[in-house]
Amino acid sequence: MTLMQIAFLIVSAVTILAAWGVVVGRNILRNALALIVAFLGVAALYVLLEATFLAAVQVLIYVGAIAVLIIFAIMLTERFMKQERATNEQWWVVLVASALLAAILIFLVGAVEWQVTSAEIGGQPIADLGRALLTTYVLPFEVASLLLLMALVGAIIIAREQEEA
Amino acid sequence: MPFLNDLFVNLSYWIHGFLARFLPLWAADLIMMLLTIACLIVFALITIMFINWLERKVIGRFQDRYGPNRVGPLGILQFVADAIKMFTKEDITPANADRVIFNLAPVMVVVPTFLILAVLPFGRGMVAADLNIGFLYIVAISSLTTIAILLAGWGSRNKYSLLGGMRVVAQMISYEVPMVLSALGVIMLTGSLSLVSIVEGQSRVPFILLQPLGFLIYFISAIAEVNRAPFDLPEAESEIIAGYHTEYSGMKYAMFLLAEYINAFIVAAIAATLFLGGWQGPSLPPYVWFFLKAYAIYFVLMWLRGTLPRLRIDQLMGLAWKFLVPLALVNLLVMGLVATLTQGKGLFPLVLASLVANGLIVAAVVIIYAFAMRRRRQVEVAA
Repeated sequence: MTLMQIAFLIVSAVTILAAWGVVVGRNILRNALALIVAFLGVAALYVLLEATFLAAVQVLIYVGAIAVLIIFAIMLTERFMKQERATNEQWWVVLVASALLAAILIFLVGAVEWQVTSAEIGGQPIADLGRALLTTYVLPFEVASLLLLMALVGAIIIAREQEEA
Repeated sequence: MPFLNDLFVNLSYWIHGFLARFLPLWAADLIMMLLTIACLIVFALITIMFINWLERKVIGRFQDRYGPNRVGPLGILQFVADAIKMFTKEDITPANADRVIFNLAPVMVVVPTFLILAVLPFGRGMVAADLNIGFLYIVAISSLTTIAILLAGWGSRNKYSLLGGMRVVAQMISYEVPMVLSALGVIMLTGSLSLVSIVEGQSRVPFILLQPLGFLIYFISAIAEVNRAPFDLPEAESEIIAGYHTEYSGMKYAMFLLAEYINAFIVAAIAATLFLGGWQGPSLPPYVWFFLKAYAIYFVLMWLRGTLPRLRIDQLMGLAWKFLVPLALVNLLVMGLVATLTQGKGLFPLVLASLVANGLIVAAVVIIYAFAMRRRRQVEVAA
């Protein structure tokens, strides 16, 4: 077993354990902390794949923004903190949805023919990524930014103070 | 003095060569790696001792008093007394606190600080890890601090701590946007995220001459990012006691203090690297230039702290979203246009065009503000 494989096993084990902790934990804030560990584990997997840019973006967006948002939401809803059980009466809906998602993912991973190369990835990955986003994939890129813009405008409209008529 | 120029680099080569003589190569590499990490940690500790003394001394002078002057000449050994005091204080955990989170937060707040030191180029070849995503790495890692502080505020189960923690999140997320946008201008000129390449790209002219406005935006947002006065709302003594670290004592409190001072130094060092040319400079050794520039910026940080009153929270958010973000966006667009138009035309047209463009942006801002002020006065008169 090479050093890389050992590192992969350790990182994957930590990620899966943390993800398990997110689902089964009783204290919802600690679940959020476990979620951060899982995010960091995924970032470490990217580093092992030499996708350093993706790793940094993973930390920046998932840990720096999404996890903070989740913790913030938890802190501002006091009722959540007093929950005794990890599940409520809607658990079977989530079970069906998760099972469906897992089935789709497993099918996809098995169906796609992954390109494997042992050569080093050359060139300038970040510059190439930027160029690809603004040429070949410009439509999905713009659609995604439009979606974000709509979310922003929506958030402003919801948060706006009601003007006196 | 050519031998002083690369003193530390040659030293590390020499130690590596010495180790490689009777150890396998991988062991020598591993020991060098650990040695580098140890050096960075020792450097951080020495820096905090020095900066703490310097800041108290300088702020004292600004406020027309002496500052520490009892322990050692000029009070320079004050940190020894402080460190002993910190170590011997009682370690208090509030009865209602969430113990795990309360104890985890001080550790989590220091880790990102040390991680960022790894990519700082202290001199020519003096960088622990030259990542090709250098600046993005810094932005990503420093966002971890937000979570640590938020957890400190929440875990204490104290309303003032919680208020401080929430202010930190609002402030750090808001000011991250103009900070990154203004640094993007520099990255655009270099074409690389690596801090080493950014410093090498400034061998002819420091980027502050090309992007004075970008530097100002970066500087203001960076002060807010590390929660220093006049943006120290998360720990405003007169409003919320000490904010998120109200409940911490002894060494745990020292951890927050350590992270705060080192972060302030790191911010000054990054500003020196991005805009002032890092370790580039004539005649003196590169690492001396780096520290001269970093401490010059740190001096301005202390100056601002001793001069400006604290902002209100609405002013803080207004400054970020209504002023700095639009300005940074305009700056980025104009600078991109200038860089594209003057591409391949040599250095002088680039500098000239950049300065003119910066002047035009400032003039536009002033005109818009004068117009808005006049409108407001007219509305007030009419009302």
